[in-house]
Amino acid sequence: MLKQIEGSKAVAEAVSLCRPEVICAYPISPQTHIVEALGEMVKSGRLAPCEYINVESEFAAMSVSIGASAAGARAYTATASQGLLFMTEAVYNASGLGLPIVMTVANRAIGAPINIWNDHSDSLSQRDSGWMQLFAENNQEAVDLHIQAFRLAEELSMPIMVCMDGYILTHAFERVDIPVQEQVDAYLPSFEPRQVLDPSEPISIGAMVGPEAFMEVKYLAHAKQLQAIERIPQLASEFRNIFGRDSGGLVRTYRADDAETMVVAMGSVIGTIKDTVDEMRDEGHRIGVLTIVSYRPFPLEQVRGALLHCRRFLVLEKSLAVGMGGILATDVRMAVTGAGLKGYTAIAGLGGRPIFKSQLHQLFRQAEKDELPPVTFLDLDRDAVNRQLERERQTRRSGPVAENMLHDKGIVSAKFG
Amino acid sequence: MFQIRVHGRGGQGVVTAAEMLSIAAFEEGRHAQAFPSFGSERTGAPVVAFCRISDREIRSREPIVEADAVIIQDPTLLHQVPVFAGLKPDGYVLINSQHKIGELGIDEFAASRRVERFCSLPATELGVRHIGRPIPNMPLLAGFAALSGVIRLESVISAINSRFKGQVASGNISAAEEAYRLVKEASC
Repeated sequence: MLKQIEGSKAVAEAVSLCRPEVICAYPISPQTHIVEALGEMVKSGRLAPCEYINVESEFAAMSVSIGASAAGARAYTATASQGLLFMTEAVYNASGLGLPIVMTVANRAIGAPINIWNDHSDSLSQRDSGWMQLFAENNQEAVDLHIQAFRLAEELSMPIMVCMDGYILTHAFERVDIPVQEQVDAYLPSFEPRQVLDPSEPISIGAMVGPEAFMEVKYLAHAKQLQAIERIPQLASEFRNIFGRDSGGLVRTYRADDAETMVVAMGSVIGTIKDTVDEMRDEGHRIGVLTIVSYRPFPLEQVRGALLHCRRFLVLEKSLAVGMGGILATDVRMAVTGAGLKGYTAIAGLGGRPIFKSQLHQLFRQAEKDELPPVTFLDLDRDAVNRQLERERQTRRSGPVAENMLHDKGIVSAKFG
Repeated sequence: MFQIRVHGRGGQGVVTAAEMLSIAAFEEGRHAQAFPSFGSERTGAPVVAFCRISDREIRSREPIVEADAVIIQDPTLLHQVPVFAGLKPDGYVLINSQHKIGELGIDEFAASRRVERFCSLPATELGVRHIGRPIPNMPLLAGFAALSGVIRLESVISAINSRFKGQVASGNISAAEEAYRLVKEASC
């Protein structure tokens, strides 16, 4: 049913349709509206049987999810930013134990400086945690990916993060087709755990493993993600058969035929990129888009296949490997090793910095002319950076960087409105 | 694509106004996208929210730079925040004020524009009278419907009914109806 609905509410509806049995979460912006809505559904009895567990921290949220999943329940939680960092030890345990928890990450920057707005630093910091990570382009896809995520996670008995841009998607009202229960039931069978803590048949989960078997257990997690590369397109295809629309998959291309320049990105910025590319195509530019839906597993072959025909690619990412450059770009470059393509990285939108079409037009044109350095920082205020560097050269006690930057920019406190 | 910015202060319901506008457009079978500015709301601080309306899927996520209309919930922002930045030459302006447009100190700006597309509306007073609270949102949306014709009054009323119930709904509807009439009849 078509609804004009907030992204968070739409995701809560989707999660509810997946019949989770245990939900626990600790509120953190911009994820809060999702679990608030689910809490109301449990309290009103609309979502039943389901236990909503209030916890005292994100560490507890993931720990309770682990316990619930090990007891055979379909478990769901959501978090963002520092919340994800705070639960990190348990995040690794969930995947290491092979528990198919689904977690929404409402992508948000990581402090310091404290910042509640969107970028991809949080979930990308968990790149090697063993969790799969799927990125939504819009709120329809955020809804659809959650349904696919429960299916995939439980088939493989491995956890998944469904990543959606904080505020930009979570707080956006737009048209979303909310599936009906019969469709979701037809797609998502009930959870049949591979391992379950059952007092009548006692087992232990979580043995200590020494050098004699640790590598094998870790390799099996890797093997599961390689299986996911096979299953994700199949599950997207089955999804289309039941729900009648394309959602998910490993990667998607847009106007890529005959493109000499390909822009590679993840998440909601894809919409702004597509509009920019349409305008450039109208002017005769041969430019296309590669959307990465599945960041983990990373579909090396599919990315390579999508880029091999072009001359150059530009990875636009909302994340920064400090001291190196791009995070996503590293993987994309790995995918096209030896193909002789020119590759550029643009770091953009950190901490919620808006990304405008006008900026993308300029950036893409520079890429087309091969005028970009290997790594570019979109909309970076070089003057402000240089003022601080100069201050540090002049004065030993140059003071706190964040405060200096706000002062230099004439901002009393973080920008509102 | 029709792009609207709503300017107000935290607590006035700026974000709600943009959301309700998107619901009204959705009621007409159109695509609509509403989203808050990239900032936290604080009571009293200047806040902006955005709404796009289109007959096709809306993909862009950039904040609205070139607006077809601005709705200003608090006239004290007129000389504080660049509310008219990027407003298209033939853009619409709706200001919540008891004063006429000519009394708001924006003559210089309005002179280069289509003044018939500028209008003021005592939306806060309508809110107090019909809803019992100084909430200007729904009268402003109805006023916007009357001024621009981009959405219908009936769609605003449907949006109100989808969000509110009982006296709150009926109060908002009567405030919206009066606002619509005032703007239609006014020589702003």
